[in-house]
Amino acid sequence: MPESDPMSAHPATPNGCQGTPRSFGNALPVLNEIRHALEKLVTTGEETRIDLSALPFGPGDLDRLTDWLGTGEVEATVDALGPTRVQETAIPGVWLVDYHNSEQQRLTLHIEVAPVPEILRPQPQDLADALNQLDARLEQETGTTPLSS
Amino acid sequence: MATPTRPDKTLGESLQDHGLSRRGFLKLCAATASMMALPASMVPRIAAALEQAKRPSVIWLSFQECTGCTESLTRSHAPTLENLILDMVSLDYHHTLQAASGEAAEAARLTAMEANAGEYLVIVDGSIPGPDANPGFSTVAGHSNYDILMETVEHAAAVIAVGTCAAFGGLPQAKPNPTGAMSVMDLVKDKPVINVSGCPPVPMVITGVLAHYLTFGRLPELDGYGRPMAFFGQSIHDRCYRRPFYDKGLFAERFDDRGAKEGWCLYRLGCKGPTTYNACATMKWNSGTSWPIESGHPCLGCSEPSFWDAGGFYEPVSVPLTANPGTTLLTAGAVGAVVGGTAASVAKHRVKKANADRQPVTVEALEKTL
Repeated sequence: MPESDPMSAHPATPNGCQGTPRSFGNALPVLNEIRHALEKLVTTGEETRIDLSALPFGPGDLDRLTDWLGTGEVEATVDALGPTRVQETAIPGVWLVDYHNSEQQRLTLHIEVAPVPEILRPQPQDLADALNQLDARLEQETGTTPLSS
Repeated sequence: MATPTRPDKTLGESLQDHGLSRRGFLKLCAATASMMALPASMVPRIAAALEQAKRPSVIWLSFQECTGCTESLTRSHAPTLENLILDMVSLDYHHTLQAASGEAAEAARLTAMEANAGEYLVIVDGSIPGPDANPGFSTVAGHSNYDILMETVEHAAAVIAVGTCAAFGGLPQAKPNPTGAMSVMDLVKDKPVINVSGCPPVPMVITGVLAHYLTFGRLPELDGYGRPMAFFGQSIHDRCYRRPFYDKGLFAERFDDRGAKEGWCLYRLGCKGPTTYNACATMKWNSGTSWPIESGHPCLGCSEPSFWDAGGFYEPVSVPLTANPGTTLLTAGAVGAVVGGTAASVAKHRVKKANADRQPVTVEALEKTL
């Protein structure tokens, strides 16, 4: 039994409920996974999603990971089926996408390694409809059908 | 629930009618992937499949159960129970949730069976007094559980046994099994049976299996006990955030010692994590708030067959071929995952033995033991 220095497993752990979050050592491997994903994005352009809600995190592990990643410049909220909060981390290309339902319960939490997260981009079918929508508005305003060019 | 006919709209059409945007749909798919324990990279495929999916008719039968499984289902938050009933399935019969009662309720079940013959799903919670048991132990509308089950599954596409009672017999089947309780797979041999065990199962696992059927139109890959691999493929132990302490040999010995306060491994306090396969470690409970081990309590192994009879809840999982528990633990720390595998086969052996040992009991015999 390695009883000699058990505290080395998690430094600065106070007894009781208060204090700094503990680390159960499960966040570091994810940081490595993000590194691999980012390398793939840089070299091949391939995007990656990591479902953080499917990872065996203990209390404090997620806080540790988000602290490591830091906060970047971009923050966005998508209002569809409840709020989805998109936050750029301090590492460009690494995003936290936090899906909530209308009762503010978290549906899932993803790390997206991409230039822009999927949910922020207009969907291809919507783009196709967009032209018709704009034409309809122009027609309403001017009374003539816009020329297709 | 009022219209038992099969709706013709696809899920995509139905959601568009509700004014759901494509971004909202994409979000639904992300949540669905998470719920089905599929990788996030599957989201585009799920979106394509869900857009075309049609709501299956579902008949939910409750037998010897405590309604805990239904309670669990109502706590599902992604999707919510309302989304599940209104968008994903057509729930045509469920004692606890349906508005109809008495003859009207039974008529709804028969109508749904007729309208969707060969296509409807049957969900069962609770165990069933077997064909040889006194049918009076559990009846619905004057019919024995066994008769209702066999009648309802005859034209079903598949049967989902929800909860450890329906999947493996559970509490009613625990020794001495006074009602001759049997599981669904003991009785239904000619239809696919999916076991979603747990006492109760994680709500998202119940909805996840339904979402899988809805998305892919077929049943998920199953393990040796008929459980979906996506949720029951890995042991609690292997997915436990306290696993690093097990590997380091750091164990809580009592519920109030330093190890317990520091959040060390609960193996010595009887944690059944090494022999238990379930999704608690990642899906957690109460909208992802926590789960038993995170709350400081060992896993009871509630998703495994005969967990009530598998020794004391607070006795460490035994490891074979060692006489001395002290030696066992030292070895356990060293060989890690191998222990889990061995102990799992011991658990399987125990189930076989329990099946062989099952015997009827009389009221007199029960009173003698009180």
